[in-house]
Amino acid sequence: MSGSNIKSRYMTQKAAIALLATAVLLVVVPIILIIIYMIANGYSSLSWDFLTQAPAQAGKTGGILPAIIGTIYLMLGTIIFALPVGVTAGIYLSEYARNNWVTRLVNMAILNLAGVPSIVFGLFGLGVFVMTFNLGMSLIAASLTLASQALAMTITTSREAITAVPKEYREGSLAIGVSRWQTIRYVVLPQASPGILTGAILAMSRAAGETAPIIVVGAAFLVGGLPGSPFDRFMALPYHLYTVSAHIPGMPADIKWGVALVLIAMVLFFNILVTMVRFESRKR
Amino acid sequence: MNIADLVNEKNTGLPPKNAPVDGKLRLEQVNLYYGSFRAVKDLSLDIDTCSITAIIGPSGCGKSSMLRLFNRMNDLIASARVEGLVEFDGVDIYQAGVDVVELRKRVGMVFQKPNPFPMSIYDNVAFGPRRHGIRNKRALDEIVEKSLVQAALWDEVKDKLDQSGLSISGGQQQRLCIARVLAVEPEVILMDEPCSALDPIATLKIEDLMRTLTSTYTIVIVTHNMQQAARVSDMTAFLMVDDDRSGTLVEYGATSEIFTNPKNQKTEDYITGRFG
Ligand SMILES: Nc1ncnc2c1ncn2[C@@H]1O[C@H](COP(=O)(O)OP(=O)(O)OP(=O)(O)O)[C@@H](O)[C@H]1O
Ligand SMILES: [Mg+2]
Repeated sequence: MSGSNIKSRYMTQKAAIALLATAVLLVVVPIILIIIYMIANGYSSLSWDFLTQAPAQAGKTGGILPAIIGTIYLMLGTIIFALPVGVTAGIYLSEYARNNWVTRLVNMAILNLAGVPSIVFGLFGLGVFVMTFNLGMSLIAASLTLASQALAMTITTSREAITAVPKEYREGSLAIGVSRWQTIRYVVLPQASPGILTGAILAMSRAAGETAPIIVVGAAFLVGGLPGSPFDRFMALPYHLYTVSAHIPGMPADIKWGVALVLIAMVLFFNILVTMVRFESRKR
Repeated sequence: MNIADLVNEKNTGLPPKNAPVDGKLRLEQVNLYYGSFRAVKDLSLDIDTCSITAIIGPSGCGKSSMLRLFNRMNDLIASARVEGLVEFDGVDIYQAGVDVVELRKRVGMVFQKPNPFPMSIYDNVAFGPRRHGIRNKRALDEIVEKSLVQAALWDEVKDKLDQSGLSISGGQQQRLCIARVLAVEPEVILMDEPCSALDPIATLKIEDLMRTLTSTYTIVIVTHNMQQAARVSDMTAFLMVDDDRSGTLVEYGATSEIFTNPKNQKTEDYITGRFG
């Protein structure tokens, strides 16, 4: 190999690294800027009272505790419904379904489900959970609605995580007379669980930010007190943010940004949790 | 028949355990297809109990396919189809009503690449017994120790049973996999190139192990290593592809005969390294 060839290859490599670094900057810088902007504008509203009190004067004073609690309930509700169904469907699709046109149709339907706009899920929830199932405008109807939307993600990530478990492990188990189901339960699922959990947490943090569908099925701007039962109406951070930003005249700006900060912090918290789960599982 | 069998008698479609003919295998006019492709053709042979049978032949001639007939591992491949008679202790294992899970308890398998589960050494060995319903800690401890001793691994791992099965060397991992099979007390052990990922010393250890196990187990081993087949086996089956690319049994007989006085020219060419 000639010297100039090596040199030109070296240059190409340098150019490629520079390009990649630029791409990374393009992604990271806006995120950091947004967060700095939010902190700069919102930090003055943050206080212990803001996090632990109910809103007063249409949210202009007081805190946002009911909205924080409402959002936490929604996230939990979403995952309680979406995870078991997602894992079951993922197991079925990767382990039992034959590769025929029905399976392909189902997989395509799941793919399309992920692309359905969230307001459509809101209407679906209103028709099915609120009216047909007679759950009313309520926390449980909203959780089921958000769970329906999250299903596409929990099914897909479960299916992929299960498929990714090497076949050597399954064979090793089947070859000593362990049944198919026990092999899935004791060999495949433990191996797939970090992936499944990651998908679930991401689906949950996405549900935390949904605004449109929950308005349709039960979120309210101001509710007296915290929800006492799953059939109560509820407040939630994204809807609160929408209302204080768009509908209340004379709202102090730092309150809007404060609400946004709390929401972002919650989502970020869960994303960091995902990273930690992944990291821990890779160490093993 | 032991007490557990009497108490817990269920219809597995298989002969009772510890019958006098334990661990006999037999093929009669067996064809195995992957889709329309016939991978092995017209296989007929008898494998005696408590013996080691080596299956040799060039790559792609159907050795693994043949081995996987005996524990119905081919069932996992959707396109695979079996014709003819495959018998375990005189029972056709492909007939309706045979419990495949039960069959695989009695006809265990060790693979080419060591595949311990990503769990502790102890849990690896206890995996089968636990799934088969043994919960008692003392009983499990005993099984784990006994199986590891049998697999000639106990002395090397007895102080680190709680370490990951993936943390030990390749040769130790393979013996761990053998211990995992022994823990469910099979009658037959199938081994598909168990030493091909191992160094010569680890290989010799596994061969020694096979020689000790053969007093109680029927062993069938696929190997590419002629010396290994000659060293370790009682019987040798030589497979080769014929004109329509299906694997056929060229010669089957006592290892000493096959290696010193083969009847077929192709066998002689293969074992002397003239092709393959
Ligand atoms: N799952 C499968 N689907 C289709 N064809 C297969 C499958 N497995 C094996 N075959 C084909 O069957 C033939 C025999 O394969 P097999 O793996 O039994 O050979 P082998 O003798 O074990 O080879 P090697 O020594 O390389 O392991 C080959 O032609 C192979 O391509
Ligand atoms: Mg093979």
